[in-house]
Amino acid sequence: MSFADEPSAGENLPILPGHFSPGRFERVLRAGQFAVTAEIAPPDSADPNDVYERVKDFNGYVDAINATDGSGANCHMSSMGICALLTRLGYSMILQMSCRDRNRISMQGDILGAAAMGVANILCLSGDGVQSGDHPEAKPVFDLDSISALSMVRHMRDNSAFLSGRSLSSPPRLFMGGAANPFAPPVDFRPQRLAKKVAAGAQFVQTQYCFDIERLKLFMAKTRDLGLHDKVFILPGVGPLASAKSAEWIRNNVAGVHIPDSVIKRLAGAQDQKQEGVDLCIDLMQQIQEIEGVSGIHLMAYRQEHRIGEIVTKSKVLGTRVPWSPAGS
Amino acid sequence: MKAARDWSVRHAKGLHRFYVALEWTLQLLDPLLHRIGYQRLDKSFARIEGLVKGFLFDSQSCGQCTLGSTGMACPMNCPKTLRNGPCGGVRQNGGCEIKPEMTCVWVKAWEGSQQMGEAETGLQVIQLPVDTRLKGHSSWLEALKARREKSA
Repeated sequence: MSFADEPSAGENLPILPGHFSPGRFERVLRAGQFAVTAEIAPPDSADPNDVYERVKDFNGYVDAINATDGSGANCHMSSMGICALLTRLGYSMILQMSCRDRNRISMQGDILGAAAMGVANILCLSGDGVQSGDHPEAKPVFDLDSISALSMVRHMRDNSAFLSGRSLSSPPRLFMGGAANPFAPPVDFRPQRLAKKVAAGAQFVQTQYCFDIERLKLFMAKTRDLGLHDKVFILPGVGPLASAKSAEWIRNNVAGVHIPDSVIKRLAGAQDQKQEGVDLCIDLMQQIQEIEGVSGIHLMAYRQEHRIGEIVTKSKVLGTRVPWSPAGS
Repeated sequence: MKAARDWSVRHAKGLHRFYVALEWTLQLLDPLLHRIGYQRLDKSFARIEGLVKGFLFDSQSCGQCTLGSTGMACPMNCPKTLRNGPCGGVRQNGGCEIKPEMTCVWVKAWEGSQQMGEAETGLQVIQLPVDTRLKGHSSWLEALKARREKSA
């Protein structure tokens, strides 16, 4: 799918009335289409070809690509670097910006830089603690948190100024997003926390992995009670589990991922656990699409990016719509 | 320390009222305090504030207190110093992502805020980034100063 006013690769789309960004992700959502986003795993390398190679799995299946920012507090190529490489080719990128590694001076500089490179979407995160990564001895920064970061981006965009008040000659035109974890305690506070993110400027939200559809339904019901589904595009996160053993490991070791026993049992009982993980992911996507107030799906297929095509196609969540892919791909 | 902190969260409502009363008293005393000079008072005020709040709340003396808006749980005890709510890493048992043996500050804050009325909790207030220059200074005097500057 490409738009009638599609520019040549690497250039931004015109900003439509009522829109905030020059990107296709906002256009897809505001047109009322069910969207799919996916996370790209950043390489441990300085070779751009590693990025170009990995992104091929996403062509024609996703509406925007999240470039993670040292996820799990592990070092990889930066979100900024990946966004720089891929926006040049016309991909719709979501810059992930965690508060763990940089202060407000660095963040504001990066926000301008990213927008200048054609990044149209930003996801503000607090970030995993340094203790969970490969450099636990590092200094955690956390000058801001995800919500104050959102309010900072909005201030830059809408007031055309730095936090200090010094004005910008051209503001960053960004579609702003936040993360939510409906499955972590204090569960009753989570919908209110989402309301806070929306009040701080979030226009879309991507959630942590959902493996517990009932809890997601509860969260969405409360979200609807607060009227948030009309104010923010909600994309619950899903991903294929590789096996019962790895599900168990994730549950015990990855912060904030809730996996019910029933899921582990289903995987353990399957002959081909890897395929079962993919099928479970597809089932979840179809069930999630049915929930009122959901605008799309966020795929986190860590180390299984090559199966994104199969997952999106089999789930049929996009209907007949085929997302953008670079010319000649 | 932990016992005192837990007690404070359990008695968040009463403590919050006490806090409001204290604020009111300080405002009453403000003309006097202003005449003496906030700067001259800052050191002794910060020391008293640090002792009281340190004991009751494990306060980290950031100098811009949000206790009244966070269920009387000091958010600066969060290893990520999150002032606007919990991160997504909270364990299913309510333990902190980074220090599993510690209950998440925001799980406590939520408990504390449940004691207060909805209007009182202030959990929905968006907290601005911390001004690191104020660390170790008296937030009580800072509040008076800000009030005075605002009305000027």
